[in-house]
Amino acid sequence: MKSVIAEELTKSYRKGAVKALDGLSLDVEEGTVLAVLGPNGAGKTTTVRILATLLTPDSGHASVGGIDVVKHPDAVRQMIGLSGQYAALDETLTGWDNLNLFGRLYHLNAKAARARANELLEKFSLTDSAKRPIRTYSGGMRRRLDLAASLIIKPKVLFLDEPTTGLDPRGRQEMWGVIDELVTGGVTLLLTTQYLEEADQLADDIAVIDTGKVIARGTSDALKSQVGGERLELVVEQGDLARATELISAALEIKPTVDQGMRSISAPVRDGTAALVRALRALDDSKIHPLDIALKRPSLDDVFIALTGHAAEIATEEKIAGGAK
Amino acid sequence: MMRLMTDALMITKRQVLQLIRVPEVLIFATIQPAMFVLLFRYVFGGAISAGVKGGYVQLLMPGIFVQTVAFTLAGTAVGLAEDMQKGLIDRFRSLPIARSAVVIGRTVGDAAQNVVTLIVMALVGFAVGWRPSSGITKVLLAFLFLLAFAFSMSWIGVLIGLSVREARVAQNLVFISVFPLTFLSNAFAPTTGMPKVLQYFAEWNPVSTMVAACRQLFGVANHFGATANSWPSQHPLWMSLIYMVLIIGVFFPLSVRKYKNTSSK
Repeated sequence: MKSVIAEELTKSYRKGAVKALDGLSLDVEEGTVLAVLGPNGAGKTTTVRILATLLTPDSGHASVGGIDVVKHPDAVRQMIGLSGQYAALDETLTGWDNLNLFGRLYHLNAKAARARANELLEKFSLTDSAKRPIRTYSGGMRRRLDLAASLIIKPKVLFLDEPTTGLDPRGRQEMWGVIDELVTGGVTLLLTTQYLEEADQLADDIAVIDTGKVIARGTSDALKSQVGGERLELVVEQGDLARATELISAALEIKPTVDQGMRSISAPVRDGTAALVRALRALDDSKIHPLDIALKRPSLDDVFIALTGHAAEIATEEKIAGGAK
Repeated sequence: MMRLMTDALMITKRQVLQLIRVPEVLIFATIQPAMFVLLFRYVFGGAISAGVKGGYVQLLMPGIFVQTVAFTLAGTAVGLAEDMQKGLIDRFRSLPIARSAVVIGRTVGDAAQNVVTLIVMALVGFAVGWRPSSGITKVLLAFLFLLAFAFSMSWIGVLIGLSVREARVAQNLVFISVFPLTFLSNAFAPTTGMPKVLQYFAEWNPVSTMVAACRQLFGVANHFGATANSWPSQHPLWMSLIYMVLIIGVFFPLSVRKYKNTSSK
């Protein structure tokens, strides 16, 4: 059964001047994780906001747990949890206060709200900071508490909008651990992210979106093979360039691309480290020593260039503009 | 309906909790008007001839009470703008609670916050010679009236808070609109000194009718107003009530609609 369905959603802002969604369709199978992957401004947040009943689409349909989000928003709100890009908490109140408040607003009685607050603080290792105001929390702690607040009613469907954006590597690792645990618990999860690595780590399925549309859909492996998987990149002395290209071509049985100016050779590889070893052995046998050699995993940029033919850089500018307003 | 009330109450409770967690907010919100009482009493009190028994402070106190409760609007606007900025409004909107619960809880909480401020101001006023002569019932009625005005002004704050992008903008917007409103009135000085056009404005100004109503309820002649003998200046209680109903009647539906359609992006 599909827990989340979006069909041909469109949404424009500023009287049509900005088209955020342009016929976006996706679905999430019950009990699975879908990562919506795309650069800033691609429509990720708008999609989540529509599915979480915060925003009405201009056209199209969306349902969560079989219930139409536009027609019966209240019924949808009873079974979803939402955690956004920023931690939506009351900064002056303590962690415990926040969870208790949201528990009461989810119509738990006083006793149940208190119990749930304690339970969640325990689960997210925040018990020690429970009595401290949120403004003294680290970024990672805020995110965890924000996530905890979205789990008060044990939602059937959880929406996480860029759960790790802005976190340091440690905070990100912690957050991934927490999300992994939730998924094992059987929640249906739709998360948005700018990082292929994150989608890779957490999701069963990935929907790549750009300019308000899904442009690719599949498992992480399927997408990567579409992008070409990993790439072997090496830099050699100018005099060795032609010979090295020949050797790599023979060793990997593929025609590499060569950048004369950068003296670099680049080739897609399927078997990662094994290909690296083959390439190095071939070069070493001919006494060519590369100045630099690396296996590059496909980044979001690579997925983007492969799928759309343009880089995701324009979106980076939008992000800066968006952050400033 | 029950649900709406209990949800709104939770939002109000959140504000009370905020005041307990950061008591400085309430302390400064109270010191400021109390300080104004002293400043006005001793700076203007000597210069303006009040023409009433007991002196300027009798006319000043109603004026400064009204000014203070009018600024409830600021607290609401800034508070909601902050909640918007932080994404808290998004979270509230994703909860299974009535659309009006958050804004009702907010306005009730902001209006109620005035209780503390008004008590402290009244005590300071009493210390510097304010003596309402109308009896306890009318005095209490005046304070109820002031709280009702605070509540209605708070609804204007809701719309401002949800419409601006940043709390600082809300702050500035409120100050440049509410300050003139409270001074272009009979609150602190006779309106007779103003140009004719402003006199009319001052007389129809809800702040003036509120001040006149409070003076009436505290048992002091409204010496600073009623220069043009207009209906509002003669029936300040009724006119103030009409204003409150009008303000809530217009801003409640607008605010709830704004809350429903609002988005932080």
